[in-house]
Amino acid sequence: MRKGNGILFDVTLCVGCGSCYEACKEANNLPETNKDFLKDHLSDNTFTVVEQYGDLFTRKNCMHCDDPACASVCLVGAIKKSETGAVIYDAEKCIGCRYCMQACPYKMPRYEWGKALPSIRKCSLCDTRVKEGKLPACYEACPTEATLYGNLEELIVIAKKRMKENPDQYFDKIYGLEEAGGTHVLVLSPVPFEQLGFVPNVPKEAMPEFTMRAMEKIPSVVSIGGVFLGGMYWLTKRKNELAKEKNTNNGN
Amino acid sequence: MKLMEILKPTFWKVFSVLVVIVGLVSTFLRFSQGLGATTNLHDQVPWGLWIGFDFIGVGLAAAGFTIAATVHVFNIHKYEAFVRPAILTAFLSYSVVVCLLIVDLGRPDHFWHPLVMWNIHSVMFEITWCLICYTTVLLLEFAPVVLEKFNLHKPIKYLKMISIPVVILGVLFSTLHQSSFGSLYLIVPGKLHPLWYSSLLPVHFYISCIASGLAMIIFESFIIARAFSKEDGFNNTGLKMNLLTGASYVVLIALIGGFLLKAYDFIANGKLGYLFVASTETYLFYLEIILGTFIPIALLSQKKFREDKKWLYLISIAVICGLILNRLNVSITGLVASSGINYFPSFDEISITMMLVVLAISAFRFIAKYFTVFIDEESHSERNEHTEKAEIVNAREVLNS
Repeated sequence: MRKGNGILFDVTLCVGCGSCYEACKEANNLPETNKDFLKDHLSDNTFTVVEQYGDLFTRKNCMHCDDPACASVCLVGAIKKSETGAVIYDAEKCIGCRYCMQACPYKMPRYEWGKALPSIRKCSLCDTRVKEGKLPACYEACPTEATLYGNLEELIVIAKKRMKENPDQYFDKIYGLEEAGGTHVLVLSPVPFEQLGFVPNVPKEAMPEFTMRAMEKIPSVVSIGGVFLGGMYWLTKRKNELAKEKNTNNGN
Repeated sequence: MKLMEILKPTFWKVFSVLVVIVGLVSTFLRFSQGLGATTNLHDQVPWGLWIGFDFIGVGLAAAGFTIAATVHVFNIHKYEAFVRPAILTAFLSYSVVVCLLIVDLGRPDHFWHPLVMWNIHSVMFEITWCLICYTTVLLLEFAPVVLEKFNLHKPIKYLKMISIPVVILGVLFSTLHQSSFGSLYLIVPGKLHPLWYSSLLPVHFYISCIASGLAMIIFESFIIARAFSKEDGFNNTGLKMNLLTGASYVVLIALIGGFLLKAYDFIANGKLGYLFVASTETYLFYLEIILGTFIPIALLSQKKFREDKKWLYLISIAVICGLILNRLNVSITGLVASSGINYFPSFDEISITMMLVVLAISAFRFIAKYFTVFIDEESHSERNEHTEKAEIVNAREVLNS
């Protein structure tokens, strides 16, 4: 049972109008970055993009992982999973090590490279708006319901239903259901996801697991190592003393 | 006379002053204009030369804990002469690393946050704390050298009392964070090239740092010996060839261990195929392995090369180059393909790095010259033995009377 809300994006319904792109810019007070939204890319001032692949259009934004790599690597805990389901960021805590950017399997976090005191920038699934009782701007703006927002479990049911009812229309996979242990952004597509620029072969396991397997060995390394070194010190010292005593006895 | 001597221009002095001036300008630009204007870092390449250099600096500082453990924990006192150079090297390397980390931080004004804001699941958190603790350990370990220069014997006495626990803590902190630098990349299985990505990365990092840390000490011994003496410097610096040979033997063992681990990793994870793919990554991987592992193993396994000054010097350089290549391959080369961007460090990135390296070398030269870093090992241990013998005799006399 996955808690919180998420987004279901259906490529077959997207007409590439760019309403979500515009609404996101407005809701987050972001400046214009490209006259043609289809040519824009994610940046510190663009949190969601619409990309064209032949006749198909797809959105890209933070996938809001269930167990986010970015949050697990952040040494000061500036990135957190919100109870709304969003992965949120606190610039007041951030020290700017950019490990989150390195760790994200989807390469979503962007940086304000142009600023002297920069922050990480990415989609927040409109966490503050949702907490105020409003809805994410991209969902509100979408005229075709290609973007759905709501309880993640319900979205999974809807996605599975759509695939079952129209198996010819969809590629047999919900992107985000298993990727990196599951994300709060789910995508349905008529074609394999690589063809739409989605990262292929993202591990099925939650990313923090990869680190945890090494980290959980630390207590034993410290305790066994400490005892071993202490023991070796005592043993070798005693050995040297005995050798010395023997020498002096022989000398006398 | 002395002032004249200091002001006398030599190639090194002129060069280092120039590098530091340029580096300071770059530092000013970096902090006033931000990372975007002064580095070639990018949304797809968030870590560059500075982070790569941190890995190198920490890796080459490893003798600080291996030598300290050999002498103080395992009580093999004949390597006493290496302790101070190793600790000084480690301390200066860590100083460079800490400076580079702060330069690299996007919010250097928040550098103190990890002290109060904790996320214990983060490898970076572990590294930060180990860095802080181990730098403190190094300070405590090196403090006697400074204190004895100014004849402050009382604090030295206290430091001696806690010296063994401090050394043991130092070994533990080093073990943790040397390996953690490898753990940093465990979370990017899809990004780091399979030639380098492995769940054993922390172990690879640990073993390779042991080899190259000692190689660094061998290398330094030769450099210092050449700088401090006109003819055979080994008598002046108190370093003996048999010690260097002994250390090189450990380098050999660590290199073989590292190689076996790598071989196991490649076979167990079915990565052998990548060795036959023609790509920049493969060539750099071969360069790293051949220069840093194969050639040193082939030469060091023969006694005549281990005991030959010139060869040992060259081998130590090869091992150091191997580590530098390995760390840059993991932190930069191995990530190029997945980022889709060809990163090359900017002028400011290079000049700030060079400034810090030059400052560290200058500090090393200064401290090596004016403090007792290179002690005459033989006279030192002899003196110790004499006093110990005298003490034992005294004690017996007291007992007898």
